[in-house]
Amino acid sequence: MDTFLQQVVSGLATGGIYASLALALVMIYQATDVVNYAQGEMAMFSTYLSWSMMNHGVPYWAAFFATVAIAFVGGVLIQRIIIRPVQSAPVLTIVIVCIGLLTIFNSVAGWIYSYIIQPFPSPFPKEPIRIGRIVLAAHDLGAIGVTLLLLGLIYLFFRFTTLGLAMRAAAQNPASARLAGIRVGWMLAVGWGLAALVGSVAGMMVAPVIFLEPNMMGGILIYAFASATLGGFTSPGGAVVGGFLVGVMENLAGTYVSFIGTSLKLTVALALIVIVLLVKPSGLFGRAVVHRV
Amino acid sequence: MPALLDAEGLEASYGSTTVLHGIAFAVESGGITTILGANGAGKTTTLRAVCGMVKTTGAIRFDGQSIQGRATEDIVRLGIAHVPEGRGTFMTLTVEENLRLGAYTRRGATSLAAEFERVYGYFPVLSERRRQVAGTLSGGEQQMLAVARALMSGPRLLLLDEPSLGLAPLTTREIFRIVRTINREAGVSVLLVEQNASIALDLADHAYLIETGRVVLSGPAGDLRKDENIRRAYLGY
Amino acid sequence: MEQGARAETVTGATPSERSGARPRPWRLAGLLVLIALACVLPFTLSGFRIFQFTQVWAYAIALLGLNMLTGYNGQISLGHGAFFALGGYTTAIMIDRWSVPYGWTIPAAGLLCLLAGFLFGIPALRLEGLYLALATFALALAVPQILKYFDDWTGGSQGIVLSKPKAPWGLPLNPDQWLYFLALGIMVALFALGWNLLRGRVGRAIVAIRDNPIAATAMGINNPLYKSLTFGVSACYTGIAGALSVLAVAYVAPDTFNVFLSITFLVGIVVGGLGSISGAVFGALFTQFVPNYAQAISKAAPWAIYGAFLILFMYVMPRGVAGFVRIVWGRLFTARKQ
Repeated sequence: MDTFLQQVVSGLATGGIYASLALALVMIYQATDVVNYAQGEMAMFSTYLSWSMMNHGVPYWAAFFATVAIAFVGGVLIQRIIIRPVQSAPVLTIVIVCIGLLTIFNSVAGWIYSYIIQPFPSPFPKEPIRIGRIVLAAHDLGAIGVTLLLLGLIYLFFRFTTLGLAMRAAAQNPASARLAGIRVGWMLAVGWGLAALVGSVAGMMVAPVIFLEPNMMGGILIYAFASATLGGFTSPGGAVVGGFLVGVMENLAGTYVSFIGTSLKLTVALALIVIVLLVKPSGLFGRAVVHRV
Repeated sequence: MPALLDAEGLEASYGSTTVLHGIAFAVESGGITTILGANGAGKTTTLRAVCGMVKTTGAIRFDGQSIQGRATEDIVRLGIAHVPEGRGTFMTLTVEENLRLGAYTRRGATSLAAEFERVYGYFPVLSERRRQVAGTLSGGEQQMLAVARALMSGPRLLLLDEPSLGLAPLTTREIFRIVRTINREAGVSVLLVEQNASIALDLADHAYLIETGRVVLSGPAGDLRKDENIRRAYLGY
Repeated sequence: MEQGARAETVTGATPSERSGARPRPWRLAGLLVLIALACVLPFTLSGFRIFQFTQVWAYAIALLGLNMLTGYNGQISLGHGAFFALGGYTTAIMIDRWSVPYGWTIPAAGLLCLLAGFLFGIPALRLEGLYLALATFALALAVPQILKYFDDWTGGSQGIVLSKPKAPWGLPLNPDQWLYFLALGIMVALFALGWNLLRGRVGRAIVAIRDNPIAATAMGINNPLYKSLTFGVSACYTGIAGALSVLAVAYVAPDTFNVFLSITFLVGIVVGGLGSISGAVFGALFTQFVPNYAQAISKAAPWAIYGAFLILFMYVMPRGVAGFVRIVWGRLFTARKQ
């Protein structure tokens, strides 16, 4: 039982990372029908920026918030400068641009920071927390807390602020949004900024566990896809729930199912994607798109 | 007094297809003007041209200022509200959220409570359904929501694109009655595009008839009502 | 993006893509000139360059296959690397285990992939756009692991080593040159076959399915059959390409067929031009040579240069090289008429 709870908690911790990245993917997909394949690499690059700041003596939380701000601005700029020229091009064209961004971020990170695996500090204490007989890593609990706080703030933003409402409107019906005076282009840019912000937090929370290196987000991005698929690409809330579910399932499968060691864990994600797609393509919470003739 | 909205030599095209071949029309301040025509004549395109949603050449002026070639978002901030064909409802948002979006350009100004009250006064059914998801409203209710949304921005000019489309005659008459009230009480000028010539001519002061992208007839609504050609082609008698 | 705008399809192709203003005899002459040039090439280049061009022809076949499915039929596949691998490994296993003459392995690879593609196309019928992309993405990711798992057949991580076939009938060609002509010949034949299919009723049907599936059904087109068949034929082409590629490299290993291969294919058809036949060749040339140029420009971060290339390419030619050529050609001819 103790092992079970420990695995669930650490599953929730990684699940929070998947949930964050899945949310970023779904936010951009909902507004533009484009899956931003570069989301993971942008998160990785942001994490390197914070690492670089800390190496120059900047205290952790100062670097954290600076990075979050830089990531937001970076996301906005990328949308305005790099994505805007092709935003009315066919979807696959934009996908190729995202793939280009992916290779650029990955390669530049490797070039500037090298491919050596680096440790990344955690702001949470190293001593484990004991609740009764259960031993939990402080970082796991901290990561869950940070993730939930971030996701909660984003939910509140979209639900209760005018800007959030305007962004939802712009994503859903750009033509009507323009008629309401909403600058749809900037709404998209803010969307990218938020997605990058969320990604950067995810990167900084996961790096202490999997160590910092240019290829660290590749596997996580795949899990994020699995999460968004499970929860539904048309449902941000679903993607988040999907993330936590995938994190827990991955951990439990790895612990309790004998032939799935660490190497086959990725296969679990893939099998999950395929099964969900075959049974209910729109995911647990997604809505099937109905085409009116 | 110069017209609130006037257009001269207005051409509009979708890609390489020209739909409006140099039309001219005007809406007087406080007046109701209607543009009539059959399907495909270019009526909807005219409204879209005013709002910058389609490529145009020629002159369009709102309150003396040229709005030709400007972005939709900027044009609506000048005080023009457009109720598009198909209503343009934000389907997954609630009625209240739709209305709030209508007032987006006024978000800095004083509280919206007064606006909401005014609009719910015109359309009580929306007040009842304020927390309902807009996509679940009936056609008539969605049309009311669309007009209400447009009014939330406190416009000086209201563009209505075929409000009677798909609605029962009773509902249509109700909506037109409310438009007349808004025009009289709040002084909102109206440019109405309609296929239903009869009801449009009842409402409007001034009318234009468009056929294949050209104005073929214009004048006071009363005159057009009596015109032989219009009676036969569009009024059915 | 507006819901309605999506009807213009993910690929952005328009109905006029296929009709050209170019008169026919000129085009045929032009093609023959190009083929003649291609035949001269292996006698003027070094062994490695010949090998590179052989790969270009093989990739062109794969890209035409993928283009049929994604460009013409609108089914996005991020997993064609799997069929490439299937074709390649079929060849390798048949030669290595059963000493089958390599010539027979190519159609065998094609047939096996035709069947596999068709069978895969059946569950794929349930998936649209993004979801099909995700499912095929999952397939592509799984390929190296599956290949390593069945190591009795595939030789596991070590792979299978082959020897390059010699030219038959005593032709005065070295193995590189012979493989070049074999690939070129098969490419021309498959392209001609593809051109025939896509220009005719079949092509119109699959494009109709892409543009408006409901209308297509209403017109009497059997959507599921056509979609699955397109998947099959697409896989068949890619499998043959895989077989040829493996013959040229004379070696197969699981890690060659990772997810990047499938992504490279997708990049290839978008850069070359979706919904076009010539686009497959442009895309293959891009895929083969641009990474090398990127490396030449910057040893430190070659993929950054490659990524920059991709982005700039998409700005200048959002519909690929073939789309760009079409626009330029069209402008030249309409200018003439006036």
